[in-house]
Amino acid sequence: MEVIRHLLESASAWVLAIILVGIPVYGYAKGVKVYEVFVEGAKEGFATAIRIIPFLVAILAAVGAFRGGGAMDLLARLLAPVTVPLGLPAEVLPMALVRPLSGSGALGLLGNIFATPGLGPDSYAGRLGSVLQGSTETTFYVLSVYCGAVGIVRYRHALVAGLCADGTGLIASIVVTRLIWG
Amino acid sequence: MNLVFVLLFALGLICGAVRGDVKAVGQGALDGAGQAVTLAIGLVGVMSLWLGLLKIAEKAGLVEKLARAARPVFRPLFRDVPDGHPAISAMLLNIAANMLGLGNAATPFGIKAMEELEKLNPNPGTATNAQVLFLAINTASLQLVPTTVIALRASAHSADAAEILLPTLAATACALTAAIVLAKLFERVWK
Repeated sequence: MEVIRHLLESASAWVLAIILVGIPVYGYAKGVKVYEVFVEGAKEGFATAIRIIPFLVAILAAVGAFRGGGAMDLLARLLAPVTVPLGLPAEVLPMALVRPLSGSGALGLLGNIFATPGLGPDSYAGRLGSVLQGSTETTFYVLSVYCGAVGIVRYRHALVAGLCADGTGLIASIVVTRLIWG
Repeated sequence: MNLVFVLLFALGLICGAVRGDVKAVGQGALDGAGQAVTLAIGLVGVMSLWLGLLKIAEKAGLVEKLARAARPVFRPLFRDVPDGHPAISAMLLNIAANMLGLGNAATPFGIKAMEELEKLNPNPGTATNAQVLFLAINTASLQLVPTTVIALRASAHSADAAEILLPTLAATACALTAAIVLAKLFERVWK
């Protein structure tokens, strides 16, 4: 496993470097005025980032209020009796709920699971949390950034599809973790 | 989305009131707003870098070449996008960057893809089928090596920090399949 990881990690480092260097070199060889064209394209970067702000503020403020009020803990307490028999322990449930709303929040909760005496990274909860973190995305963040950049306010079925994908990732994580580590 | 927005605030306030900590609700919202700006400003540098490089690639004809090469994979999924359209190459670059864990590069490419897809949008402001499908693919984590999780496990003294690699890939594959199938299914219902 370590070997695969190293291989894939160095592969992505190489790909990044090759793209960064390769594009200007290729462009220059093709007779593109690389410096001028680069600056022209880069100009859009600032405007795009600024355009996203209202969309991100809307979603992160709402998520902040939701989490600040402790709605997560309440929801977790309500759901725990149902999810625990299904293989989703009470320690991982809050993380599963936070995952689509906040990536750093979920990572923080995963760190807590790792640091809890009696759990740790090699416990069932620790392994399940790890698989879950790696197989799901921060759906709300993705939608607000990508839609915000082009001014889309009506998402249609994007949110439902994204959240169902997170739900499927959660179920798959539980199934896989139980199959491998019981 | 309007309902979700109101519900997040309202449920936050109700729970805060029940727990007797209403102050945390307001503080949470203010912190979130601050975070949003930090995140967006943090994007400026990488965003400019990748958009600049993308412009060179475009002028050099590389973007169109990529789009043609990616055609067999993207054609059945994105039927509304014409062959050789720059949206295809932006989506390809976004997905490739996501798989390799180059999150910094994935976001600019993803935004570029959304912009290109928006040019094909007859109703600006409302997501098209192609945009929803692209978003759905992005809400499944595509990263091949979950480096952050592995690093966190290692620092917590896991006996085998990388053991979650293949299980994560299996779960990711399920989430991705669900995202694509559901986006395709719902697009008929959700006009």
